[in-house]
Amino acid sequence: MSWTRKDLLDLQSLTAEEIQTVLETARAFKAVGERVIKKVPALHGKTVVNLFVEPSTRTRTSFQLAAQRLSADIINFTAEASSLKKGETLKDTARNLEALNADFIVIRHSAAGAPHFLARVLQAHVVNAGDGAHEHPTQGLLDLFTMLEKKGRLAGLQVTILGDILYSRVARSNIWGLQKLGAQVTLCGPPTLVPRSFAELGCRVTHVLEEAIEAADVINLLRIQHERQRKSMFPSLGEYTSLFGINRQRLAAAKPDVLIMHPGPINRGVEVDSEVADGEQSVILEQVTNGLAIRMAALFLLNGGKAPQPAPAG
Amino acid sequence: MSKPQLVMDAGAIGRALTRMAGQIAQCNGPQAEVVLVGVQTGGVTLATHLAAQLKRLWGHDVPVGELDISMHRDDLGHQLAPKVHPTSIPFDVAGKTVVLTDDVLYSGRTTRAALDALNDLGRPKRIQLAVLIDRGHRELPIAADFVGKKVATAPDDQVEVQLAEGRRNWRVLLEKPRRNSHRTR
Repeated sequence: MSWTRKDLLDLQSLTAEEIQTVLETARAFKAVGERVIKKVPALHGKTVVNLFVEPSTRTRTSFQLAAQRLSADIINFTAEASSLKKGETLKDTARNLEALNADFIVIRHSAAGAPHFLARVLQAHVVNAGDGAHEHPTQGLLDLFTMLEKKGRLAGLQVTILGDILYSRVARSNIWGLQKLGAQVTLCGPPTLVPRSFAELGCRVTHVLEEAIEAADVINLLRIQHERQRKSMFPSLGEYTSLFGINRQRLAAAKPDVLIMHPGPINRGVEVDSEVADGEQSVILEQVTNGLAIRMAALFLLNGGKAPQPAPAG
Repeated sequence: MSKPQLVMDAGAIGRALTRMAGQIAQCNGPQAEVVLVGVQTGGVTLATHLAAQLKRLWGHDVPVGELDISMHRDDLGHQLAPKVHPTSIPFDVAGKTVVLTDDVLYSGRTTRAALDALNDLGRPKRIQLAVLIDRGHRELPIAADFVGKKVATAPDDQVEVQLAEGRRNWRVLLEKPRRNSHRTR
């Protein structure tokens, strides 16, 4: 199965085969990262622009290193230092970047759909590095990759996503990707952050932590995003932790080989305590390593792709 | 495509492998630290067969690695991304004599990519090239050191090497594109 798409915008519109193609390709790129010489010439002469209109450190540096390991040139472009602050529209900014013959634009934006818009107006390959609460496809893919690597399969896997689902693009990308590859997804958190409407996506929804973790093969913890919360979503961080924080006592009710994942950055002592975050079941740092491999694979595959995004169904 | 033509049968391939292994042994001697590296995917099977022949001649195992060259190709971005296979070289190539193997030598571009890929893994003492079929039409200044059979081909012919499990099924086929005798235009 060949990758034909020009852009990587979301997991919702990808087929199971396309997701598997990225995961398989990433396996080879992970091996490149383990060599003495960690660089290959696959994107030699290409230019990648990191257009981060919303702050990010780990995703931006991960894309930067991925591009560099593929021998591409990379420009970092952040909102604080850009003319977006001077009132330039997103389209004009992107067209200016394209006038520099950028081949790839990696965009993070607070508005859902911003990457899709750019993909339509630009010849360059567009990669969504997180758009509002919509999707974060490379994070979803690296989570899938980590689960597959550790558990040997995705089909039939019981995956619990715990925490701030409502505001989370990571949750949405995980839900789409996991379901396409046959995993069962349980969502858990306070009712204000995990509305029942998510059941319509085919997920099990519960607001009781014990129900969410007892059968789980994987617990993917999401960061409580203070900066996105409106104040009234739950009374206090302390109350959240007392009801949904993962610590060793609580984990005793889970399977002994349950995987603990977190997209980072961790709020230690809020959604997870340090003993668990640094414990044996935790693969949080491996997620970072795998993220690099996924982003290398994505850029590598997109480089040959020409087909535009299909129109969203419905 | 017209009916494929048999270029080599199992017997001919077996004899070619024996001769090639003999030449590799003669060229390098038992003291040379020879390792075989097959280019994914067709070259890997060939490397395994040559390693078995060399073991018979030298009385010791000859290490075999698998090299994927898709990240080093010179046509990336001009077509869909190729399928990436694992590179698995469970030994250090530095200081060794690497016999690079591939099933078919054609433009030489795969070999060029393989030389680059290999170079990223270490600095071999020397690199030699062994191919089962040399079909001509080189686009780069590259030549094989050990050749099973030279085959005259047209550029749009297809050469298919089948070296699957079970020696009886070994064969090399040449397919010519079907020429339409009564073209409408």
